[in-house]
Amino acid sequence: MSLVLIAEQILNGLQFGIMLFLMSAGLTLIFGVMGLINLAHGSLYMIGAFMAAAVASATGSFILALFAALSAAALAGAIVEMMIIRKLYNRDHLDQVLATFALILIFSEGTRWFFGSFPLYLDIPAYLQGAVTLPGGIQYPLYRITLIVFGLIIGAGLGLLITKTRIGVQIRAGENDREMVSALGVNISKLYTFVFALGAALAGLAGALVGAIQSVEVGMGEPVLILAFVVIVIGGIGSVKGALIGSILVGLTDTLGGIFLPKLFGLFMDLATATNVGSSIASMSIYILMSIVLVWRPTGLFGQKI
Amino acid sequence: MIKERHLNTFVLGLLILIPIWAYLNDEPFIITLMTRAVIFAIAAVGLNLALGIGGFISFGHAAFFGLGGYVMGILAWHSQSYVTLIEWPILFEGTKSMPLIWIITIVLSALLAAIIGMISLKTTGVYFIMITLAFAQMMYYFSTSWSAYGGEDGLSIYMRNSFPGLNTLDPIQFFIICFIILFIVLFFMGRLIKSPFGLALNASRQSRQRVEAVGFDFHKLQLTAFILSGAVTGLAGALFADLNRFVSPSMFSWQLSGEFIVFIIIGGVGRLFGPVIGALIFVWLEHSIGGISDYWHIFLGLILLAIVLFGKGGIIGLVCREDAQNE
Repeated sequence: MSLVLIAEQILNGLQFGIMLFLMSAGLTLIFGVMGLINLAHGSLYMIGAFMAAAVASATGSFILALFAALSAAALAGAIVEMMIIRKLYNRDHLDQVLATFALILIFSEGTRWFFGSFPLYLDIPAYLQGAVTLPGGIQYPLYRITLIVFGLIIGAGLGLLITKTRIGVQIRAGENDREMVSALGVNISKLYTFVFALGAALAGLAGALVGAIQSVEVGMGEPVLILAFVVIVIGGIGSVKGALIGSILVGLTDTLGGIFLPKLFGLFMDLATATNVGSSIASMSIYILMSIVLVWRPTGLFGQKI
Repeated sequence: MIKERHLNTFVLGLLILIPIWAYLNDEPFIITLMTRAVIFAIAAVGLNLALGIGGFISFGHAAFFGLGGYVMGILAWHSQSYVTLIEWPILFEGTKSMPLIWIITIVLSALLAAIIGMISLKTTGVYFIMITLAFAQMMYYFSTSWSAYGGEDGLSIYMRNSFPGLNTLDPIQFFIICFIILFIVLFFMGRLIKSPFGLALNASRQSRQRVEAVGFDFHKLQLTAFILSGAVTGLAGALFADLNRFVSPSMFSWQLSGEFIVFIIIGGVGRLFGPVIGALIFVWLEHSIGGISDYWHIFLGLILLAIVLFGKGGIIGLVCREDAQNE
């Protein structure tokens, strides 16, 4: 096992983690500010990917496709928030789970009805294809490097938005005391729609970006949604910083576990058994990570103590 | 307004009369459909103990359902292919006997529920929902990557397992087995809810402080309920795998966990017969709308949304207007 391979896998894990962060940042904000558990977040990811694939095949422009994905997801998010989600803020978690589960069914089947059952394909644009040579002689796909950098820029932007701007102050205040914020003259329902649309836009963007390296199909959002849940449970619900750390931890654990666990078991087992056992354990690794974090800190790494 | 126990009697009557009608008119498909509904009902009755009475929302009960399926699948597969399952401490070559499969399933599901419960019941609310979901997902990925038992393709069983004195391949006889199990589960669940344990569990949902103040151990109550709940859902999984003579990772899928919750909501949360009515209606909808449109999940979604937003208390709440045990 060479160092180059290890470095490549770390980059893969990082890229996966950064994409997870785009998903979980929105999810954790929505929970932190509105107290809503949103299962339909994966559907917004799917909408972004489908929109990007459709626009890219119509216009040929990847940049346009990204913008279309972002706006379509934000728009879908805003509409859903105003029509349905808004009625759920004062309900218990069971109602929220059920209603957003119903939304998944509607979005998924609606997309299947509109685009058909076959997966769509979104190509990496020509200028982002190929590999770059990183220091140390590591060949790594340019597109994946772009994803890492782009994701980090967005993460930094989100951090600035929340800590430095007026709307960020309102969002943070909304997490702490809803009544007080609205008493101070902030239009709380507009703020909620904004936060929901922001989270939706991030999910849509993630869907479009990942759509270029995977196939775009109905049901692509839910596995990512469940991983994003694991991320925000590890990071602490409501904490964007926790979502970032959690995403990278989960991304690295999942990628490195899949590669190294079979090899690790190979040290004291025969190859076939080691591959089998190793990959079985690897598939459980992030959940084991989550359990360990929970036993140690029941509200996640950066969650507020209950 | 109809009394809840009259409605319950009516539902039990339907559950018996429809298959009898189907048997007399030679409609084996209807019997299979009803068997499916009864098995789903058992799974959801199990979940209702945790979700309805205990008030902790498990979004991962497919973990137990799938485990039940795989226990049946693995035991029967070893038996049918003459591969020894365990050599030590006792020689065990798998089994095709339903009662033995059920007992092993119940024990293993309870064990899994104890492990998942011990970790996830440390948390509450939305954390609990996500963690149970994650554990079920873990089981899902574990089953897909465990190639010794079929991996993603699952396991097929050539012959349905046997029950002493009955021909389980006959749809109506297998239905009767499932129905009697549902009846026994409902009977015990009804007793359990009214027992000191059930009352304490019900109270623990409403106020943790008060339950602890009168001397109950809150965590022990919740964990016990979760273990019982998981064991019942696991048993349903073994039956479901026997119905299909097939088990695959899809029995661990998160959609299934969601559907169990849906059964309970459609019927009525915390009502003894809520999950039964919900499962019946779900299977009926799946069959009738599914026959008209490939996109039946859209309609299911809309119906669900309407129930959540406008109809509190599910069907039983709508028909009976009596307060649920837990209101």
